[in-house]
Amino acid sequence: MSLKIVVLAKQVPDTRNVGPDAMTPEGTVNRAALPAVFNPEDLNALEQALRLKEQFPGSTISVLTMGLPKSAEVIREALYRGADQGYVVTDRPLGGADTLATSYTLSQAIKKIGDYDIILGGRQAIDGDTAQVGPQIAEKLGLTQVTYAEEILSLDPEKKKIVVKRHIDGGVETVEAPLPLVVTVNGSAAPCRPRNAKRLMKYKNATIAAERTPEQAEALAPVLEKKPYLNITQWGAADIDADPAQIGKAGSPTNVKAVQNIVFKAKESRTMTGSDDEIDTLIQELLNEKIIG
Amino acid sequence: MANYYNDEIKFQLNHPLMKRIVELKERSFADKDEFDYAPQNFEDTMDSYDRVIDLAGDIAENIIAPNAEDVDAEGPHCENGGVRYASKTYENLDATVKAGLNGVTMPRRYGGLNFPCTPYTAINEIIATADAGFENIWSLQDCIETLYEFGDEDQRQRFIPRVCQGETMSMDLTEPDAGSDLQSVMLKATFDEKENCWRLNGCKRFITNGDSDIHLVLARSEEGTKDGRGLSMFIYDKRQGGVTVRRIENKLGIHGSPTCELVYKNAKAELCGDRKLGLIKYVMALMNGARLGIAAQSVGISQAAYNEALAYAKDRKQFGQEIINFPAVYEMLANMKAKLDAGRSLLYMTARYVDIYKALDDIARERKLEPEERQEQKKYSRMADAFTPLAKGTNSEYANQNAYDSIQIHGGSGFMLEYACQRLYRDARITSIYEGTTQLQVVAAIRYITNGTYLTILRELEEESVSAEMQPLFDRAKVLADKLEACVNAVKEAQSQELQDLAARHLYDITANAMMAHLIVLDASRAPELFAKSAQVFLNLAEAEVAKNEKYIANLSVEQVENYKA
Repeated sequence: MSLKIVVLAKQVPDTRNVGPDAMTPEGTVNRAALPAVFNPEDLNALEQALRLKEQFPGSTISVLTMGLPKSAEVIREALYRGADQGYVVTDRPLGGADTLATSYTLSQAIKKIGDYDIILGGRQAIDGDTAQVGPQIAEKLGLTQVTYAEEILSLDPEKKKIVVKRHIDGGVETVEAPLPLVVTVNGSAAPCRPRNAKRLMKYKNATIAAERTPEQAEALAPVLEKKPYLNITQWGAADIDADPAQIGKAGSPTNVKAVQNIVFKAKESRTMTGSDDEIDTLIQELLNEKIIG
Repeated sequence: MANYYNDEIKFQLNHPLMKRIVELKERSFADKDEFDYAPQNFEDTMDSYDRVIDLAGDIAENIIAPNAEDVDAEGPHCENGGVRYASKTYENLDATVKAGLNGVTMPRRYGGLNFPCTPYTAINEIIATADAGFENIWSLQDCIETLYEFGDEDQRQRFIPRVCQGETMSMDLTEPDAGSDLQSVMLKATFDEKENCWRLNGCKRFITNGDSDIHLVLARSEEGTKDGRGLSMFIYDKRQGGVTVRRIENKLGIHGSPTCELVYKNAKAELCGDRKLGLIKYVMALMNGARLGIAAQSVGISQAAYNEALAYAKDRKQFGQEIINFPAVYEMLANMKAKLDAGRSLLYMTARYVDIYKALDDIARERKLEPEERQEQKKYSRMADAFTPLAKGTNSEYANQNAYDSIQIHGGSGFMLEYACQRLYRDARITSIYEGTTQLQVVAAIRYITNGTYLTILRELEEESVSAEMQPLFDRAKVLADKLEACVNAVKEAQSQELQDLAARHLYDITANAMMAHLIVLDASRAPELFAKSAQVFLNLAEAEVAKNEKYIANLSVEQVENYKA
């Protein structure tokens, strides 16, 4: 029994290594100053997908992203790790989307992909930290959703059931859910496996149409007949039958009014000598206030 | 993301000889329509090497290196007659296997990457920088070269794909009474007529990764013989059973690598190649590959020792400033870097020579070589034989020196077990011992010193042109070659084998310094931004070393030999 798996991935500025020029004077993320990377929790999601594929040979993994043409890089990264195919939704009218417009666009793309048993994505992206897109897609497609997933414990393709361990406050929760569904994966899940040397060499020249110069496109055309995997599918708004009013800026009710730089400061401070008594008292105090324990 | 694949390694990979190596290895890109990961042309090939080494650098820095301390502390354990690796060794193995970094040099038809030895050496070095102990386990995959070269097609098809999928290997050579002297191997191989297979009985000691999946075993197949001509090479497959691990050695360094004592009880095995050629042909081939591997491991450790020392010197403040500002410290760092760069140049020159002759050897398995190809094969095979002991001996000594200096730069903190430099110091120590001690590398090299092979190579290198900036250094390097010639002649004139043996190590050091001086100047001429400083510093070092050894040899005489005996 094989599965059809869709993995949602996003190319994000690497906000984990922030320098002084990470923000523009206007308070938005200075994308030019930060390298673009595969959103970390989407990699965790990809690993869960790859494990399912190992467990159910013949399964296919399609990776879907929305972004600028260069976001095809995350598709290549996914192909290097074991994904089977990729889709990049890229189009000018799609720009400036908030989570509502993004989830609409991606759910339209998923409908176009069509056949799926499980949709996996990271819990949230490190540039926006909203954690809304996965759940919104589930709503739009009318699917069950399991969020904060740490591990897929089992999947029964006959009964169409999945058992997932969720990371929740103070512990874990094990839930069972019906297929098809949306699962968003937490950063505490298993890290994604490395790129594979052979796949790296196979897919290194895979591109979407928008990445090619006219000369490159011409040179590639005969090659694609023998090596169709070097073409990554590119879709525009029209390809996914998107309603122009629901995509991009037009479809985004969210407006960022202002962004403030917040510097954390200690509100109160106490100086201690470090005697055993003092430490005991402090521990007791922290326990009482439920800061630790 | 940080990555151990640095510009210096990248430079070595882009040497002009690579054109010929790729041409021979890819055979007009014959695999391009059959395998989706095979390259289309030279640029494509080099790009693939670059990307795969980058992938290895990523794993080395982000998975293997962070695990190194835990692996060192936990070490492997002997359990139920087998080995249980340190827990994080399994993580490392899982990562390298998923990354497909196995069977790197094997042909694609068996599932390999079909990489030449040069990019393989780069991956090897990078993994050793992260953890020299893990590098042992990983790099034993190159035993498969020997099986590929001397096994039959049936054996190739059965074993090579398994290694490409990540099964590990070991070479079972050493015994309690057969270390450097492998002619004394006693492990008994007898032919079992009933089962139509060979049976191994006896014991092996100091076997690195001795609980591996596929073993190459040196055993005595000819009853009644006592020397190397009675030894044959066997393949033992762990799936057959019959070999147990009796104990694991407790070592000074490379803790991640299990060193095993093995007991063979009627273990089923199959002959690899022809009887009686085990030591004289196959182990020699195996050893040359292993020695190049240790040279790469040594350069990796040297790099790690330098990295640790540099980072500490930039961070540590004394007398109101970072200690890197003090001449006593930055001089040590400069010398470490110069040895690292010069030693690495020697390593990759060796790897490239190996590549050319091995690729021609491989072509010769399918068709007769053209006369000029045969000549090329002979030339490079001889150069590889000459360079391998030079690269192994020198780089392993440098690894020790750099690890020592790395601790020195750390001062008292370096003596504490909290810092990585102490692990490097312990790990480095074996490099000048196993796969032939430095003293045995001298034995392997001395004939090429006295018969003028190195000198011819030096003179050939001097034909190359260098930049105007590097010309003065190149002239100084040439003087070192002159001195080598003079010293060799002086020793030869004494007409005493004993004196020559006594002077051998010193002649070897002069040779190595002269060779590296030539190579680093040529490198600096091509890439001054990377090597100009190292070339300057190395020439100062090399001249001093040569002067010392020159004087030492001048002071030796036949009459003095007795004074050196205990």
